[in-house]
Amino acid sequence: MVTVLYFAGLRESLGVSREQVALTPGTPTVGDLLDTMRSREGRWPEVFAAGKSWRVAVNQQMASPATPVRPGDEIAFFPPVTGG
Amino acid sequence: MPRVRVQEADFDTGRELDALTKGRADVGALASFVGLVREENDGSTVRGMSLEHYPGMTEKALEDICAQAMQRWRLIDALVIHRIGALRPGDRIVLVGVTSAHRGDAFEACEFIMDYLKTRAPFWKREETPQGARWVEARDSDDAAAGRWSR
Repeated sequence: MVTVLYFAGLRESLGVSREQVALTPGTPTVGDLLDTMRSREGRWPEVFAAGKSWRVAVNQQMASPATPVRPGDEIAFFPPVTGG
Repeated sequence: MPRVRVQEADFDTGRELDALTKGRADVGALASFVGLVREENDGSTVRGMSLEHYPGMTEKALEDICAQAMQRWRLIDALVIHRIGALRPGDRIVLVGVTSAHRGDAFEACEFIMDYLKTRAPFWKREETPQGARWVEARDSDDAAAGRWSR
């Protein structure tokens, strides 16, 4: 299992802030996890569609679709940041 | 050691900057930046905003940005305070303070820390306008500003 967090506009669009997702042999990277999410009902395919602007962090470090995921990891999806 | 704080409370700019230089005679330059909430953005009146962040990652990202600045310039110390939660126009949002022996290092490092904070630290602004609440969109100009430092 991995913990997946959603922030700001992404959390609002998806209606979830935190969930546990089971890793399968088919989900060794962030990109594979994204494929799982795009196959869900509702706004998931639209929010994570190609060309949409989002960022991902694995264990609180900026990551990319190629980043590997391991059981126990904390993965976060969020819009481009707007602090400062 | 850089100091990083993420907090709801306001900060006293003078007191925070004084603390960076108090009791030491090796500081020749203190550069600082304060960011505030504007009453207008993208053509709309801003009545207020709320700042969301990613607890844990935010602090790590800010510490990492300060550590990069300390490596890149000859600095004595660096400070970043960033507020979260509900803010009104005119409120302070962020303070960056950098000390060094000479002004060049302090000026550049202060701007670098702000440019990287704006593109790498996980904060998100939600503005309240007369047309309703909206998430602030990231600006290409911020990416361009941060990109200058990787040349």
